[in-house]
Amino acid sequence: MRTFAIISMLAWRNLWRNHRRTIVMVSAITIGVWAMIFMSALMRGMVNDMVRDGIRALPGHVQVHHPDFRDDPSILNLIPTSDSVLTAAFSQAGFDGWSSRVKVPAVISSERESRGVTLIGVDPALERSLDAVGSQIAEGRNLEDVNDGGVVIGRKLADRLDTEIGKRIVLMSQDPDNEIADRGYRIVGLFEASLEQVEESFVFVAKATLQKMLRIEDQVTEIAVLASDYRNLEALTEQVTGLAGENVEVLPWQKLNSYLGSMLKVMDGFVLVWMIVIFLALSFGLVNTLAMAVFERVREIGLMLALGMRPSNILGQIIVESLLLLVFGLILGNVLAWASIVPLQDGIDISAVAQGMEMFGASSVLYPALELKDMITANVIVLVLGFFASLSPAWRASRYEPIEAITKI
Amino acid sequence: MNIIVLLAWRNLWRQPRRTWLTIGAMVFSNALLVFMISIQFSTYELMIDNTLQAFTGHIQVQAPGYKDDLKMRQLVPDVRSLAKSLRRELGLETIAARAAAFALASSEERSYGLQIYGVETRYESLVSTIPGLVRDGRYLKDPDASEIVIGKVLARNLRVELGDEVTLLGSGRDGSFAAAIATVVGIFDSGVAAIDRSIAEVPLEFFQDVFYMEGAGHQVVIAAPDLESVAALKRQVEDVVPAGLVVHDWNALQPGLQQAIQADISSAFFMYGVLVVLVAFSVLNTQLMSVLERTHEFGITMALGIAPGRLGRLVFLETAFMGLVGLFLGALVGGMITEWFGYTGFSYPGMEEMAANFNLPSRFYPQATLLTLFLGPIFVFAGGMLAAIYPAVRLHRLHPVEAMRVAP
Repeated sequence: MRTFAIISMLAWRNLWRNHRRTIVMVSAITIGVWAMIFMSALMRGMVNDMVRDGIRALPGHVQVHHPDFRDDPSILNLIPTSDSVLTAAFSQAGFDGWSSRVKVPAVISSERESRGVTLIGVDPALERSLDAVGSQIAEGRNLEDVNDGGVVIGRKLADRLDTEIGKRIVLMSQDPDNEIADRGYRIVGLFEASLEQVEESFVFVAKATLQKMLRIEDQVTEIAVLASDYRNLEALTEQVTGLAGENVEVLPWQKLNSYLGSMLKVMDGFVLVWMIVIFLALSFGLVNTLAMAVFERVREIGLMLALGMRPSNILGQIIVESLLLLVFGLILGNVLAWASIVPLQDGIDISAVAQGMEMFGASSVLYPALELKDMITANVIVLVLGFFASLSPAWRASRYEPIEAITKI
Repeated sequence: MNIIVLLAWRNLWRQPRRTWLTIGAMVFSNALLVFMISIQFSTYELMIDNTLQAFTGHIQVQAPGYKDDLKMRQLVPDVRSLAKSLRRELGLETIAARAAAFALASSEERSYGLQIYGVETRYESLVSTIPGLVRDGRYLKDPDASEIVIGKVLARNLRVELGDEVTLLGSGRDGSFAAAIATVVGIFDSGVAAIDRSIAEVPLEFFQDVFYMEGAGHQVVIAAPDLESVAALKRQVEDVVPAGLVVHDWNALQPGLQQAIQADISSAFFMYGVLVVLVAFSVLNTQLMSVLERTHEFGITMALGIAPGRLGRLVFLETAFMGLVGLFLGALVGGMITEWFGYTGFSYPGMEEMAANFNLPSRFYPQATLLTLFLGPIFVFAGGMLAAIYPAVRLHRLHPVEAMRVAP
C-alpha cells in the first residue's frame, strides 16, 4: 500500500514536470471524450425519436394480424376471432394500452381530388390509451364514440384534397365480397404529426361505422398493444399470443418495421465503432507522450533501479501516470459533454433539411439523448484501452539495464 | 534554403519513434477518411441516380403548384405537342409527357388505390427504368390501347395475372366520375416496394380519354445525359416552355434527396473534424516537445546569428515533411482499402433494411477518386500545420543567452 502511495505521488509529480505536454494531452483526451459522448447523444436522440414516432405510427409495440394481412392488407384477411371476444380478453389483461382496429386501404375523394390512403376504424376510448398518431388534433375535435359519423384526416391531406373541417368527403374501399363499399363522412377534425407522410396517409373513422360500411360485423384486422418498455417484448408477445385466438400472427415492432428495428441495432454498433475510432486516434498521442516521458527520464529511472526499486514499480509508475492523464481527460470530457448537451435539451432545429430527415424517418427537431450507458461505455473504453496502450512504453521503461541507463546522456 | 530543408528532414529522424507515432496518427486518420468519404460519395451518386432514373427524371415541366399539391386540375395543356416541340428544340430524345391521377383499381377479388400514369409509350422507356423492368409480359405499345402495366406487389395483392382485366375508378379532370377497364399486359419488378405497390402505367391517349383530359397532362419529364448538364439544360427548357408553366430540376422535385445528403454530410463532417483536431493535437505535442528539447541548440544557432523567423520556418518545414509523409501514406493505405472493398463489396449487419429506404442496394462498391483520396488528408495536413504555429511562435520569445544556459 505504501509502495502504491509512493509511486502514485511520483507519477503525479512527474506529470507536472512538463506541464505543457500534460495539458496538451489532457486537452486531446478531453476533446476525444467529449466527441464520443456528444455524438452518441445526438445519434441516440435521433434514433429514439424515430423509434418513438415509428411506434406511434404503427402503432403499439406488439400487433396481432391475420397471418397474410401484412403482405396483403385486404379486408379478406380479418382476425378470425370476433371483436367482442377479443375485447373481453384484452381488457382483462391489464395492458398499458391496447386497441382493436379495422385497417384497410381506401380511396378518399373530395369534390376535386382523390387520394389513396390507409383507412383506420378505431374505438376512440381504446385509441386514447395507445397514444397513437392521429391523437394530436390540430383543429376541430377527435372522434367521440364507436358510432361517430365523422372522419379525422391529417392537415396535409386536407390541403391536398382542397377541403376543410365541415366539408364532406367520400371514402371508398371493398367489402369481403369485393363489392365497392363507400360512404360519405363529414370532416370533424384535422390531426397533426411530426412526419408529413403520416399526415398524408392516415384517415380515422369510428370503428362501428366502418364495420357497417365494409359489412364486417364485429370483426377487426389488427390489435395493437402497448408495452411499458420498448425493449424485451418476448413475455408480452407470448401473453398476447395466448389471448388472440387461432390463426393469427403476433409480432413485436422490430419485426413489423424492420427498418426501425435494424436502425436501433446499427446505431448500437455505430456508437461503439465511433468510440473506438476516436480512441485509436488518441492512442497515438498517448503512447507518444508516455514514450517521451520515459525517454527524458532514462537516467533517473536507471538511478531508481540501481537504488533498488523493483522494475514492477517502474512499470506501475508509468501506468499510473497514464491513468492519471486519462482520468483527468475523462472527467473534463464528461463535464464538457454534459455542459454542451444540457443547453440543447429543448431540441436542435434542423428544419433546413426537414425533407431529407423525413427520408431517414426522423423529424426536424433533434433532441440529444445523453444515455448513462453510452457515458459508461466511453469511459470504460478509454480507461481499458488506454491501460493497454500504456503497457508498451511502461514495459520498456521497466526493462532498462541500470548501468546503461545511468550512463546514457 | 537547401540547408534548412536538409536540417528539417534530419531533425525528424533524431527521434524516429516519435516521428513515426505522429505519422501513424495521420496515416490512421487519413486512411479512415479516404475510405469513409469514398463510400459516402459513391453512395450519394447511386442514391441520386437510382431515385431519378426510376421515375422522376432530372427536369420536369409542370403547372405552378403541381409539385406540392399534385392536384388533378393543375394542368399542362396540350402536353404531347409540348413534349414534341421540346424534343425538336433541344435535339434531345429523352423527353416524355405524362398525366397522372389517383384511381381505385379492382380485380375480380380485390380493390386497391393506386397512382396511375398515362405515358407516351414510345418515349417513356427513355426517361424511366420502369419499362425495362417488366418481368412478365411486355411494356405498353399502342398509344390508345386499353392496356395497363402494374408492379409486382400490386399484381400479387390484386390477384391478377397477365391478360386479366382491371377496373379503374377515379375522378376526371372536371371532378366527374371516370371509369375504364384495362387489360394487364405487363408486370414490372423494380425492387422498391413503394413503387411496385402503388404505381400503374397506361398509354397517354387512353388515359386522356378516360379522365376527360382534353389533350392535357401533368408533366413533361426530361432525362439529362448526366447530372452536370442539368443546369444548362434547364435554362434551355425554360426558353422553350410557354408562359404559365414552370420548370423544376431534380432538386426541387425531390428536395428530400439533396437534404438527406446534406444531413449525412454535415454529421459525417463533424466526425471527421474531430479526427482532424485529434491529429492536430498529436502534432502539437510532438512539435512542442521537439522545440523544447532543442532549446539549448536553438540558443546556439541564434547566437550564431540565425533569425528566429528562420528557426520558425524550420519547425514548419519539419511539420510539413511529417504531414506529407502522412498524407501520401494515408491516401495510399486508404485507397488500397477502398479498392479492396470496391472489389469485394462492403456491407454491415442491418444495412439491407436501411439501404432499401434510400433506393440503394444492400452492398456498396466504393470507388476512390482523386477528390475522395485527398479531400480528407488535405484537411489533416492543414490541421497539422496550424498546430505547428504555437511551437514556432514560441521561438520568437527565446533569448539566446538564457536558452544556451538550459542543459542540453
